[in-house]
Amino acid sequence: MRALSVSALLLLALGCCWGTQDNFLDEDVVEPVIQASKYGSLWPLPQKVQISDVPLKLSGTTFEFTDAKGSTAGASCSVLQNAYRRYFDYIFGGPKKQKMSRNRRSGPTEVTELQVSITSPDSQCDGYPGVTSDESYELSVDAPVAVLKAPTVWGALHGLETFSQLVYEDKYGAKTINSTKVSDFPRFAHRGILLDSSRHFLPIKVLLANLETMAMNKFNVFHWHIVDDQSFPYLSRTFPQLSQKGAYHPYTHVYTPADVKMVIEFARLRGIRVIPEFDTPGHTQSWGKGQMDLLTPCFSGAAPSGTFGPVNPILNTTYDFMSRFFKEVSSVFPDGYVHLGGDEVDFSCWKSNPDIKKFMDEQGFGQDYSKLESFYIQKLLDIVTTTKKGYIIWQEVFDNGVKLKPDTVVHVWMGSGSDAEMNKVTTAGYTTILSAPWYLDYISYAQDWQKYYKVEPLNFNAETRHTYPRLEGQPGTIPERDGKNYLGRVPDPAVLSLVPEPYLLRPGLAEPLQGRPAGF
Amino acid sequence: MKVMRAVNTKQCVPIIYALLQLIIFYGGRNVVTGVWPLPHALTVFPERYPLNPRTFYFDYGRHSATQQGCSVLDAAFRRYLWIIFPDYTAENGQFAANNSFNLHISTDHNDCENYPNEDSSERYNLSVSAGQASLNAATVWGILRGLETFSQLVYQDEHGSYFVNKTYIEDFPRFQFRGVLLDTSRHYLPVYAILKTLDAMSYSKFNVLHWHIVDDPSFPYQSRSFPNLSNKGAFHPETHIYTQSDARRVISYARMRGIRVLPEFDSPGHTRSWGKGQSDLLTPCYKGGAPSGAFGPVNPALQSTYRFMTALFKEVSSVFPDSYIHLGGDEVDFSCWRSNPHVRVFMQKMGFGGDFPKLEAFYVENLVNITSALNKTSIVWQDVFDYHERRSALSVVEVWKHGCYLCKVRQVTKAGLRVILASPWYLDLPGPTHNWARYYTVWPLAFPGSEKQKKLVIGGEVCMWGEYVDATNLFPKLWPRASAAAERLWSDEKQTSSVERASPRLEDFRCKLLRRGIQAGPLYVGHCKHEYQGV
Repeated sequence: MRALSVSALLLLALGCCWGTQDNFLDEDVVEPVIQASKYGSLWPLPQKVQISDVPLKLSGTTFEFTDAKGSTAGASCSVLQNAYRRYFDYIFGGPKKQKMSRNRRSGPTEVTELQVSITSPDSQCDGYPGVTSDESYELSVDAPVAVLKAPTVWGALHGLETFSQLVYEDKYGAKTINSTKVSDFPRFAHRGILLDSSRHFLPIKVLLANLETMAMNKFNVFHWHIVDDQSFPYLSRTFPQLSQKGAYHPYTHVYTPADVKMVIEFARLRGIRVIPEFDTPGHTQSWGKGQMDLLTPCFSGAAPSGTFGPVNPILNTTYDFMSRFFKEVSSVFPDGYVHLGGDEVDFSCWKSNPDIKKFMDEQGFGQDYSKLESFYIQKLLDIVTTTKKGYIIWQEVFDNGVKLKPDTVVHVWMGSGSDAEMNKVTTAGYTTILSAPWYLDYISYAQDWQKYYKVEPLNFNAETRHTYPRLEGQPGTIPERDGKNYLGRVPDPAVLSLVPEPYLLRPGLAEPLQGRPAGF
Repeated sequence: MKVMRAVNTKQCVPIIYALLQLIIFYGGRNVVTGVWPLPHALTVFPERYPLNPRTFYFDYGRHSATQQGCSVLDAAFRRYLWIIFPDYTAENGQFAANNSFNLHISTDHNDCENYPNEDSSERYNLSVSAGQASLNAATVWGILRGLETFSQLVYQDEHGSYFVNKTYIEDFPRFQFRGVLLDTSRHYLPVYAILKTLDAMSYSKFNVLHWHIVDDPSFPYQSRSFPNLSNKGAFHPETHIYTQSDARRVISYARMRGIRVLPEFDSPGHTRSWGKGQSDLLTPCYKGGAPSGAFGPVNPALQSTYRFMTALFKEVSSVFPDSYIHLGGDEVDFSCWRSNPHVRVFMQKMGFGGDFPKLEAFYVENLVNITSALNKTSIVWQDVFDYHERRSALSVVEVWKHGCYLCKVRQVTKAGLRVILASPWYLDLPGPTHNWARYYTVWPLAFPGSEKQKKLVIGGEVCMWGEYVDATNLFPKLWPRASAAAERLWSDEKQTSSVERASPRLEDFRCKLLRRGIQAGPLYVGHCKHEYQGV
């Protein structure tokens, strides 16, 4: 997924002939008509929302969040209690003042309470969000009591976010909310953001602030591309020399076990999964600094050149190392998935190495180095399987024909032909995550959000429509398998194909999704 | 000069590999990473001296024209003490060295209470030896530049101890005018963002803040004489304006850093926001035989327009002490003037026929006369030069259009007018930070012309237009890319023609900016010892 590095180098090379690569400007950008929306600024737009014209008041002195009677989550549910405090802050701009005129008479049009009710027997208060988590919620705002119902705390978190977005100030500055009904659930189960902490180190503070913002946008996966060629900031308990030697700085530019724990818990409290990526066999230059014999020595003629290539796939020690390393990773990161990378493997170093040539002959791989790559990935997948984790891999691994478990998630990133790739991957029956249109690190200009907005993930020419509900990393749903739809919300595929955006209203903005030509 | 569309400039200038006179010693672990922008003559020796923040003193030389009580320098000493010793707090005193170190300051003139101007000398000499350094300059402005250089010479070893190497420097700017344009009309920039930009400018030795204060979208300048302009024309009449005291604060903050504040009140185009608070100022556009309700540029056919402009510029010239005023004059759309019957009648009366550039020239010349009467030198965008027949009425022209901008520079200087070059430094246009090389490999004097013509190029300017820029992204967009232009405008071109040689120095300088709290964007993969900690 590194096309940028290549283009960046290209740009550097062209640096002296400036002006010639200036054509970043997108001429097609539409200047949107900005008009007030009667839906406030709910973002992302809920599946169903009805906002009445009836304004109700809220006051920081009387308003409170409460656990509804019969809710399966109570005062001991830290996810909810933390969220109450957070959202009180967002709405009223400060912490709740205790015991302030609780007796004050509230008017008939005042909302004094948001009752939160978790309805399923397992509220998941003490658990982690996962790919099968039910994130749905129903919100009804009325005076004096507003009600938020959700099967799990994860849905309730989204409901609290929506509630906070409904509150606005009237012209006198009084907190106001209109009587409203919302029924909401996510279209896709995996809604992620990738951050790269290897090319530049990102301070913990920045990671946390980003999680906060993700929650406001109802994102639910932090894909932590934690290490890469440039640096290895993950402090491993089992192999501390990896960051000791491979980080930009062994103390100031590392993520300690306590840091990682903090990120995971901060994310959990916001309903966000943390999926770590430890990309191999390529993108591993920084691993080699702290772990001898892990990388392949490259040869120049008959002698080692002193440089190193991808992970050495022909040594048993490599697999011993990976077993111990991923055992640690699987215990540190609670999520059910780990991202194994597998992208952009450069074969030239393997080709230069006589031991690898010999191994290729023994294995009968001939000159086909993608077979060697598959050999490595296969062994790696077996290792990770023993840790009871599911895995995500970049699309090349699938393209190279590595044998994958049926619940493998294939991550589509290559910019060109991503529609065809989505088609191929889903036809083969794999779940998939789409990133190709959302490489935000690319240089763009002006109202570039419009092009990220106009993306329609299901717009590829699927041969088999029944694969639709399995998109975007919903392996756990697998409604076809046992006939039961866990989410209970993915519309019948046939309907989906007729109505691409069920219930989806887009007030306010020009309606970019309607009448859009296919294959944007 | 607002949004420029992509232009394919065939501007392939071969990189001249000149030997840097910068001498970098890698003696043991102490690495002198250098100064940005590069001084004209710099010699660094391997011998290094420890510095201790508790026993480090600034003092005035016995023969110095300035002495204690000089507002500009006293404040600069306080500022630079913290910049030189970023870890220093009153409590932590475990710095090894106990040797005292004195930085002797000496100036020829006492201009402590003045404003920097277009003739101010910024030349300085700095020599660092054991236990002391002497910094000499004609003016306090030269001392400010020298203090900045000194602060960049000091470094810390891995234990946090401070050192400076034995050093000799003779330095002066290549161009007199080294500007940064901020646009506060398309987005309002809070005063603190402007002040912080001034800080960052002083680190790169910029000396002019070109304040493009008003434009079509909003009029945030609160005028004493015409308060309705911002009451009606600002994004918000109280929260999104610059009061008189805000303007004074910016000017005085800039003065303390040796920076001039050049205000721009662009007309007759780019004035939509003016019309909200000043009726009959803009030209009513006509559709068929009747006013369409829309308005165009300033109405050049009315006497009241010139009375208004005289009063406004009288105020502006009293608020902004600099001797330059920017009158804009760019991108005037003639269609509204053409539609208006009164304007057409006026043109007949003046004998302009159907030649609207003549009307515009008439308008601008009136404004130039108004500002000359106020003893101000006016700057105009190149458009004015292009349509003006009587070019002798003009004085400074800012070249901003892409294409062969050096052709334009040549043309303007041939006409005997002064030039400020902005074309190659439109930093608001897209470009990754590592593409700073395009701002570095600019050769402002590489046009055929006489020495006299070359002297008329008084400098250049980095433009940060505000369509997609506000306080959230201003700093990473400006820095360190603007610093690339800063070196071109300050340093000797032969010594600084290689991007490869500049690259590690600029990376190091970017880390210095982070350490000083400026959110400068990364050039490429890598790290700084002290990463940016804001969010």
